Amino acid sequence: MTATSPTPDAGSPAVVPQAIISLRSASFGYADRAVVSEVTLDIQAGEVVAILGPNGSGKSTLVKGLLGLNDHLDGEVTLFGTPVDHFRNQARLGYVPQRHTLSTSVRATVAEIVAIGRLPHQGWLGRPNREDRRVIQESLTLVGLADRAKVDVSTLSGGQQRRVLIARALAAQPDVLIMDEPTAGVDLASQAVLSEVLARLAGHGSTMMIVTHELRALRGVLTRIVELDGGRITFDGTYADHEHHHEHPHDKHHHDGHHHDDDASRASTAAGPLDHVNRKPGAHRA
Amino acid sequence: MPKILTYDFMQLALLAAFFVGLAAPMVGVFLVQRRLSLIGDGLGHVALAGVAVGVVTNQAPVLTALVFAVLAAVGIELVRARGRTSGDVALAVMFYGGIALGVVVLGTSEGGAPTNLDSYLFGAISTTTDTDVKVFAALALVVVAVTWALRPRLFAVANDEEYARATGMAVNALNITLAVLTAVTVVVAMRVVGLLLISALMIVPNATAQLVAGSFRSAIRIAVLIGVVCSVGGVTTSYYADSPAGGTIVLLAIALFLVAAAYNALHGRLTGRWHLEAERHEHEHGTDCGHPALEHDDHVDYLHDGHRHAPHEGHYDEHHLTLDDRRENPRDTNRPDVHDDPVRHR
Repeated sequence: MTATSPTPDAGSPAVVPQAIISLRSASFGYADRAVVSEVTLDIQAGEVVAILGPNGSGKSTLVKGLLGLNDHLDGEVTLFGTPVDHFRNQARLGYVPQRHTLSTSVRATVAEIVAIGRLPHQGWLGRPNREDRRVIQESLTLVGLADRAKVDVSTLSGGQQRRVLIARALAAQPDVLIMDEPTAGVDLASQAVLSEVLARLAGHGSTMMIVTHELRALRGVLTRIVELDGGRITFDGTYADHEHHHEHPHDKHHHDGHHHDDDASRASTAAGPLDHVNRKPGAHRA
Repeated sequence: MPKILTYDFMQLALLAAFFVGLAAPMVGVFLVQRRLSLIGDGLGHVALAGVAVGVVTNQAPVLTALVFAVLAAVGIELVRARGRTSGDVALAVMFYGGIALGVVVLGTSEGGAPTNLDSYLFGAISTTTDTDVKVFAALALVVVAVTWALRPRLFAVANDEEYARATGMAVNALNITLAVLTAVTVVVAMRVVGLLLISALMIVPNATAQLVAGSFRSAIRIAVLIGVVCSVGGVTTSYYADSPAGGTIVLLAIALFLVAAAYNALHGRLTGRWHLEAERHEHEHGTDCGHPALEHDDHVDYLHDGHRHAPHEGHYDEHHLTLDDRRENPRDTNRPDVHDDPVRHR
């Protein structure tokens, strides 16, 4: 798996394990209007974090802010130890946008779409070489579409098109995958396949930030849940903590330095049955 | 040597047609992809104002048209990038302002006869001068080279602008470059097909290629081939039929489009009638799904309880099972009649 490749940080000899994404009182929004504000969050290598919250709570704005797709208005944002204003290596963030279909106005094969992910690694006159083709094929294998490389993307089902988008992000060989609602709006069978794909990536030690509504589908994969409401973080903890939090909304938890006592009735996601949680330990990289 | 090639002006006309046929579809495919098929038409309108200013000020009309078209192209991208809802109206004002200015300036100038206007609106390839062809050739080669070099990135931006931006691509610069390439193509094609018909040569060969191609790569090749065949063929036809070259080229391109569309419709009916859809199942076949994968011509079938399931669009097709399949894949032991009968598709 490409996303697990070690990424030595030239110039910074091994100090403390460095957060991949680090936010300090950060605000993001559009044209001076903050949609999320006062966000403080550290994401370490190997974590699989679900970003939860009702519609309009700022989940997408938060992840798009990390990708530079909206305005960073306030606070500190550090990516791989570099302040975001000086960060140039965007290919290290693998983005899977929210798309209901990969509607293309022209013919394009699955491999051609996934090849877009290789562009940051190619020169202006470059064309896919053997290594590029190998990575493209490997990315397609990881999402279970290796046999569809030459098919026109518009003939695939909605769930398969989502996996093409994941493969495109993987082809860039990123150090973290940032996914916006990868399982929303697809039928149950596709959702199961998508969960399998995410579990496979987590098994390889990929770091992931997943904006989602479907918590239960990802239960075995997640190491952490961050919940937003009204543009602020209202919960930050493990899956078990999250269930407990919504079962007993008036208990106060203290973990990861975050305090929350919001109203459970406003929760967007139905908590799963309160049974034992099959959580993976956060597999930290060397 | 055929008689057509013995005339100097026909040699030049055919050369000019070749370059236009090469460049126009190559740029046009990205306009189709971005759903901006009519932008070339608008730039043609603005180029007319440039032609008029050139005629009146005794400058080379090709040069002034180029300046006007490029400025308009950059203006359009800036309006689009700002994403204002009034952008659409702004474009309309720019385009119609261009053509109106052109007509008025040409009409009131002393030497500006109406025939002159026609030669720009509908093309006048037989009056192409030696210098014109050299300029067109140089511009067309620049367009072809730049488009070829930027092809993967132009494709990426047109396919998913947000993703391209997230990976750090210079999206705005690429969009402006495409707009400028379009403007240059419009001016190169101006004398061959005319400002009112330019868009057709950028768009129609691509529309045809989309009907027959299987990938973006092959679609570009087919479109360029169609573009060259139509423009060179159109000029040749116009010589023998004594018809206007620009219109002939476009009619030829549309005829090819209709043939491809008719073929597609017929082919779809013939194969669609005899294509069997397998029973619906939640399980999705894949390389590691547990069902034996069998190579079948250009695709892979999955042996599923005694049926060959071939992925097709959102479902699976039944493909013929051979005795060898059963013998070589003892893993798949279920009898075929266990499952529901395949349903006939369409």
